[in-house]
Amino acid sequence: MALTAADIKQIAHLARLNIAEHDIPLYTEQLSRIVDFVEQMNAVPIDFSTLISASDEPNTPLRADTVTEIDQRELLQSIAPHTAAGLYLVPSVLDDKTPKDIDYVE
Amino acid sequence: MNWETVIGLEVHVQLATKSKIFSGAPTAFGAEPNTQACAIDLGFPGVLPVLNREAVNMAIKLGLGIQASIEKKSVFARKNYFYPDLPKGYQITQHDLPIVKGGHLDILLEDNSIKRINITRAHLEEDAGKSLHDTFPGSSGIDLNRAGTPLLEIVSEPDMRSAKEAVSYLKALHSLVRFLEICDGNMQEGSFRCDANVSIKRPGDTKLGTRAELKNINSFRFVEHAINHEIQRQIDILESGGKISQETRLYDPDKDETRSMRSKEDANDYRYFPDPDLLPLTLTDKQIQEIKSTLPELPQEKHQRFLDQYHLSAYDATVLMSSRALADYFESVVAIVSNDHAKLASNWVAGELAAALNKDNIDITDSRISANTLGQLVLRIADNTLSSKTAKTLFEALWLDGGDVDQLIEAKGLKQVTDTKAIQALVQKIIDDNPAQVADYRSGKDKLFGFFVGQAMKESGGKLNPQQLNDVLLETLNQNR
Repeated sequence: MALTAADIKQIAHLARLNIAEHDIPLYTEQLSRIVDFVEQMNAVPIDFSTLISASDEPNTPLRADTVTEIDQRELLQSIAPHTAAGLYLVPSVLDDKTPKDIDYVE
Repeated sequence: MNWETVIGLEVHVQLATKSKIFSGAPTAFGAEPNTQACAIDLGFPGVLPVLNREAVNMAIKLGLGIQASIEKKSVFARKNYFYPDLPKGYQITQHDLPIVKGGHLDILLEDNSIKRINITRAHLEEDAGKSLHDTFPGSSGIDLNRAGTPLLEIVSEPDMRSAKEAVSYLKALHSLVRFLEICDGNMQEGSFRCDANVSIKRPGDTKLGTRAELKNINSFRFVEHAINHEIQRQIDILESGGKISQETRLYDPDKDETRSMRSKEDANDYRYFPDPDLLPLTLTDKQIQEIKSTLPELPQEKHQRFLDQYHLSAYDATVLMSSRALADYFESVVAIVSNDHAKLASNWVAGELAAALNKDNIDITDSRISANTLGQLVLRIADNTLSSKTAKTLFEALWLDGGDVDQLIEAKGLKQVTDTKAIQALVQKIIDDNPAQVADYRSGKDKLFGFFVGQAMKESGGKLNPQQLNDVLLETLNQNR
């Protein structure tokens, strides 16, 4: 399956990768080969649901609803580039269309 | 022109577990930023999620509560998108195989009829963190305490036809999750959040119109405002020859408007795939049966029983059902006053008591008047010791300072006068004191009757039995008419 330059740009956008215009032909060719290989694997007749249900441990393990983690904010934030008042700071994700109290999960 | 509105709701219910859905970090609201976000919630390399059993049990309870199918096998997937409040770069959620399929909720419409709203599915997923945009110029602050909090997303069919129906559905669902004790229902803290899919079409058209998804509508009042606003916006566009574009719109309660928002992902290209860190969740009939045996009486069953057993109106029953604790309180009062006075008990619980709780912002579980005390008060109304007016005076005294019902009736002299001779004497005095009004009444001004009732009640401090007073007044006033 041949990908187009537009596909590469869209994939780069979704992955938040900034790629140079002159690299696009190379990525187009390499990614197309990867997709071809995946299609080759897809052609192998395997029922993945059977594989999962045939495993030794078919059920996901469950844990009791107890609090086992302690507050390690200082340690965990030690590798963050920017923090303030206990918050991780990132470049502003607010634009003029976004209300300031935006708070939702997709 | 005629338009039909089509509404479906997606409700995110935060499950009331002590720990996160895939980690042992606490879920309590209001902690210092990032003190409840552990390495698993933050998506550090090498960590593995382990599913919280209680979150699964709560999802099963909801499924049973809406008569849905509990799926024996469900699968967690990764939903990929970039946003700073999603540290792993994906949300773990159930996609193709959710834990709950189908089901329904019956809602009460304004004309007291019942409408069935079908539910498509309910699935388990993790919540994202929170972004704060105001505090740091040029930066957004990220608090990941909420990341990994268990959510149950409940998706309805597009069965609602007005904003009012949507609010009824939302209230019924809110009541259900609180009855099942799977969610605290606190909308201000975001424990119960609603997105609405709204479209309009011509009546009779089978094809649905293009829909807009409204987000950020987190109170019952806002739901109605936001949907009505969106309906009008779509009608305006279509009637001026325009086209609706499928988009996500955000409701701004300050301006009472919806506006188009930047999507978290341009093309809804979430690249779902099964999470390789989590095996499928499988359930047995035995597990489901065990949970079924722990279920309380469900709101709809209780609602029907209130109608049958206590002969309440559908409205009264609905008000009493707003929480399990209020319904329990009501039944404790009825246990004291007997079923014969259930209607009177309902009036006091849903009326005076609910208003007092509301005014002082107190939950029913912390009520200043116990069910036992209110029961005694209602009994004293039922046996004519108290008039409705003196009962209110007594209620206020009990609410402020507590005390014993019968002792307070004595101490405050609230006992209703039922002695006919005493009432006759007082009525005679009112008539003697107001000769002009008596003459007017007797010459045909019937409306003056209220004046005499008012004077008699004023004179007696509201302690006369109203029915007896009416009888005596009528008899005396009509003597020389």
